[in-house]
Amino acid sequence: MKMRIKAEQITNAVYRLCLEANRNLPPDVCAALANAVKREQSDLSKNVLELLQENARIARDEKVPICQDTGMVVVFVELGRDLLVQGDLNQAINAGVARAYADGYFRKSIVGHPLERKNTGDNTPAVIHLTLAPGACMKITVAPKGFGSENMGGIKMLKPAQGRQGVVDYVVSVVDQAGANPCPPIIVGVGLGGTMEYAALLAKKALLREVGKTAEHPLDKELETEIFKRVNQLGIGPQGYGGSETAFAVHVESYPTHIAGLPVAVNINCHAARHAETVLQGEEC
Amino acid sequence: MEATKLKTPLTREQTAKLEAGQSCLLSGTIYTARDAAHKRLVELLDNGQSLPVDLAGQVIYYVGPCPAPPGKVIGSAGPTTSMRMDSYTPAILKAGVRAVIGKGDRGPEVVEALKEQGAVYLGAIGGAGALIARHIRKAEVVAFPDLGPEAIHRLEVEDLPVIVLIDSAGNNFYRIGRNNFTSRQ
Repeated sequence: MKMRIKAEQITNAVYRLCLEANRNLPPDVCAALANAVKREQSDLSKNVLELLQENARIARDEKVPICQDTGMVVVFVELGRDLLVQGDLNQAINAGVARAYADGYFRKSIVGHPLERKNTGDNTPAVIHLTLAPGACMKITVAPKGFGSENMGGIKMLKPAQGRQGVVDYVVSVVDQAGANPCPPIIVGVGLGGTMEYAALLAKKALLREVGKTAEHPLDKELETEIFKRVNQLGIGPQGYGGSETAFAVHVESYPTHIAGLPVAVNINCHAARHAETVLQGEEC
Repeated sequence: MEATKLKTPLTREQTAKLEAGQSCLLSGTIYTARDAAHKRLVELLDNGQSLPVDLAGQVIYYVGPCPAPPGKVIGSAGPTTSMRMDSYTPAILKAGVRAVIGKGDRGPEVVEALKEQGAVYLGAIGGAGALIARHIRKAEVVAFPDLGPEAIHRLEVEDLPVIVLIDSAGNNFYRIGRNNFTSRQ
């Protein structure tokens, strides 16, 4: 049976998710922060982690943004095939973003043309990724992404001969070069395979996974363990002040690729790994 | 470790005493400026024009704060990545700025300029915008209001926690901190 959903419902959901994501650090990230406090050996870096916990508490209690960089809003939409959207999906999402960024007193960080650099004034447009799914529901995930960490990502088209070692070395080199800039402890999203743009999308998607939940494919899981170890041996530490806690987790997402290629993309998230999601149910047409 | 109290404006004598890795609590007036504001300030300096604010002895904080919600003086206000300001920083220091506050490492041109001017690079905690806002007592836009979040604000801060990342001798705390960790391994 065909079901429908109104544009207004989507706008309201995106509005709520933008407010939620920017103010409330998700429970899995809070837990990762608490674990890092226990493990960190450097006193100064331990203190930094405790201040980050306090910062998250203030943001939640006072309903203010965790970070002043309330980011560019990345929205993942899984649209049920049996669901009909009444109205314009993109417009509905952007309307929710604009309203949340005004009402939440969030920073509007988006400029129109990248060279003209004129602020759009309402933090739109969002970056929207749409995929189709079975059923008549719509899953919306909102992930505001600050550019302190976004700027530190990278992509490389490796040769198949470089193989597993090439992938590990490249990811570790990106984290090494990023140093203190992306506000460690970080989450490292790795996209492996597909085409150039698909690897980048996978790397971003990897950041949405519950912190520390391992990949399903055994090869990806092994990669996660090895890269995680190597990254934390770099000694960058919280804020780059030196220490054991450089990354909360490494998440790898993979996809089949071409016989001639080995694309690898790295998307780094800061310690404030913000995201919120909801599932909207359709109603009968 | 006891934090050193600092009060702006800072003198060369004061900044010369600060050492990489030292924790400080900063109070007094500081000015915000990030990418777009730096571009304009340096254009004014290059053209021999006067600046909208006198920067001698002052401190610049690389921040683009969130708007102030009702009842608050400012929104979240953590540091932005300093590296993007590297090409402008030598000119800004030459104009008399004694300290800049941000996060992340700096290029060799900045380290040289810090040594030359006897200035320091301080770090505030990245991503701790809600916490840092509590140390800001007053905020007003004093230049380039058209730049929105990138306008220059005058802030009154009280006991803002900062750490000396690069001192006036060029010592870099990021290297020291990392070496301390790796030498323990």
